[in-house]
Amino acid sequence: MAEGTFGNPQVIEEEVDILLIGGGMACCGAAYEIMRWIEGTDLKVKLIDKAAMDRSGAVAQGLSAINTYLGDQDPADYARMVANDLMGITRDDLAYDLGRHVDDSVHLFEEWGLPIWKTDENGERHDGSNRDMPSLKEGGKPVRSGKWQIMINGESYKWIVAEAAKKALGTDNIQERVFIVKLVNDKNDPERVAGAIGFSVREHKLHLYKFKACLLAAGGCVNLFRPRSVGEGSGRAWYPVWNSGSTYAMAAEAGAELTMMENRFVPARFKDGYGPVGAWFLLFKAKATNAFGEVYMDKNKAMLDQYPPYGQAAVPASCLRNHLMLHEMKEGRGPIYMDTPTALGKLAETMTKKEIKHLEAEAWEDFLDMCIGQAGVWAGENIEPEKKPSELMPTEPYLLGSHSGCCGIWVSGPTDLGAPPEWSWGYRSMTTVKGLFTAGDGVGASGHKFSSGSHAEGRLAAKAMVKFALDNKDWKPELDTSIDELVEEIYRPVRTFLEHKDYTTAIDINPHYITPKMLQFRLQKIMDEYCAGVATWYQTNAHMLQVCEDKLEMLKEDSLKMRAKDLHELLRAWENYHRIITAEAHMKHIQFREESRYPGFYYRMDHNYVDEENWKCFVNSTYDRKSKQWSLKKVPHVDLVAKPTAKT
Amino acid sequence: MPTFVRTEKCDGCKGQDKTACMYICPHDLMMLDKDGSETGHAMKAYNQEPEQCWECYSCVKICPQQAIEVRHYADIVPLGASVQPMRGSDSVVWTIKFRNGNTKRFKFPIRTTPEGSIDPYANKPKSNMDDIDKPGFFTTDTEFPGDRSQLIRL
Repeated sequence: MAEGTFGNPQVIEEEVDILLIGGGMACCGAAYEIMRWIEGTDLKVKLIDKAAMDRSGAVAQGLSAINTYLGDQDPADYARMVANDLMGITRDDLAYDLGRHVDDSVHLFEEWGLPIWKTDENGERHDGSNRDMPSLKEGGKPVRSGKWQIMINGESYKWIVAEAAKKALGTDNIQERVFIVKLVNDKNDPERVAGAIGFSVREHKLHLYKFKACLLAAGGCVNLFRPRSVGEGSGRAWYPVWNSGSTYAMAAEAGAELTMMENRFVPARFKDGYGPVGAWFLLFKAKATNAFGEVYMDKNKAMLDQYPPYGQAAVPASCLRNHLMLHEMKEGRGPIYMDTPTALGKLAETMTKKEIKHLEAEAWEDFLDMCIGQAGVWAGENIEPEKKPSELMPTEPYLLGSHSGCCGIWVSGPTDLGAPPEWSWGYRSMTTVKGLFTAGDGVGASGHKFSSGSHAEGRLAAKAMVKFALDNKDWKPELDTSIDELVEEIYRPVRTFLEHKDYTTAIDINPHYITPKMLQFRLQKIMDEYCAGVATWYQTNAHMLQVCEDKLEMLKEDSLKMRAKDLHELLRAWENYHRIITAEAHMKHIQFREESRYPGFYYRMDHNYVDEENWKCFVNSTYDRKSKQWSLKKVPHVDLVAKPTAKT
Repeated sequence: MPTFVRTEKCDGCKGQDKTACMYICPHDLMMLDKDGSETGHAMKAYNQEPEQCWECYSCVKICPQQAIEVRHYADIVPLGASVQPMRGSDSVVWTIKFRNGNTKRFKFPIRTTPEGSIDPYANKPKSNMDDIDKPGFFTTDTEFPGDRSQLIRL
């Protein structure tokens, strides 16, 4: 075939048995597990990453902790913690299953070279370079920065995990810098997925893959709300700015049932840099205060009792901790501070100079391993934490299923944990669309998997996909859409640009098209102002949501007029299309759930309460690609482990 | 801006088909200006969309010439500070320069094994197809943790 040009890409078709879409922790886990299971079969696997696996996904920058490591704790307790943090509505089957599998991935990370902090028999901490300490697998004791978290020296965390995945897969089975933008359903079975298509951001090539099964694990959604910083700092999102909702949007368009898309995460972090606070709270025992030095979590404790039992747990749900912080800010007692000088001062009372120096290094490493931008803020503002407290602030909302959030896709769960039969339809981690699997941020109604859990969840899906592919050995995928139509749709922004670019003298201002950047601004403005963003203190109501819906509809129409002046802008165009579909799901779910399930993350002011009687249930939705309409329904919630009830 | 490329230091990763920073950037921001038409500096790299930069430092750490630095978000951070890493094979050294001139330096381990040394399936069991329908990974060799009486619907 002839070389592609900007307007007319070369189309490359390839058929595999299993396609992995994404290169983050989940797909790296899947790659590792899958290649062992397919030994001796002739199954063919390929992984497609829009970036480079060494530094792609949410762990690209590194991490200072692994937030899910059970050790000798019971997976039932883990499932209880996940449920409480997410206000009671999670799938215990998924959380429990993850909890009993996750440690194996952490043991592999350590074996591969990830430095993990250890505690010796005197209770003294050692960083992960100390090879005299036993490994976790050999019974070494990690340094806990919380009940489930362990500290690491994680600058190269992703680099290490990717090395193992790349070696397992082999170079020939990896395609980097190709952005998959659309799944294609099967010609003979509309409830089955048969292919995926995307484009290279380096060459004028479209890649079309046919497969029996695919793992869609392309992260959560960032920048669908207007960020607090709108200049250069709009890149300083808390979650990675390249997570554009591709997982949710592509799954929805393929017909997969989504779940809990009303859920969001609004992390309270160091202001502007969005640096992590976990180690400060848990390891250094710092307190957050209002401007007058009052510890608002103590002062406003009674507010937690309004949300039983979720506010009454040893660690109240994340959203409720925000709720108490927001109360102080709205009452005019901001800024909110992390009182770092008092915490460090207290620790220093019992420590030697050398130990204090070490402690200071640990505090800085917390930023430098995972949020270097925060170190930049402190350096620029001359903040030395032993001398000056730092401001905290709740961020703009994020959609994700792996951290302290539970939006995502409805998947088939394990069968040996007592789950209702309708929670399992045969293949672990398969969505309601045949052949389409997900993991990490993609799996909804669970949460708190973090990096290690996403890796483990990718492995669970991998094994099930091998089984699926073997069970469907003789099945041949046929696409329901012609290649010409797919090329037309995917390259539309390029062709729009080429057709109209000379109509005006200024390349960015043209009545025939909209730049992806402006479309993103419009999306962010709509979501911020009507769908409970920071502009309204996370508040909305049915009327505002109706305005939101009307504006999103026109935005979606205008998305067909996005332009792409180069391949980089084509990448942005499709990322933003995915953001719109994700935003629409979020809005529809908030509209449907007539209560405020997550106070501190968002408030339906027309139903500003948690309604256990009517809304202790999942909300699931499906999207019809042809009519562009959403359907929503309630799905009953069931506990598989006993949970605390409200204390009176 | 976030990342910027020092004109004097960048050599465009001469002789390679792509620059290291283009290869690694997770958000497709780094570009090589081959003919200088974008920046006035031919065969030098630049950040084509600075307001989308996460300041993840992937390009800073990988640049073989140490040509990339970060000027922190101008809409947030006062000028004059810098945070610069030097990433080696087993550790990273950070130099933090405050606006007021104070400096701090830290060294942290990053890896306990040589880069490229992972042998993913060495000393690992083979998979057993009889177990493909059961919970567990191919590596799972012990009983699952947990007290199953906690599962109240069994």
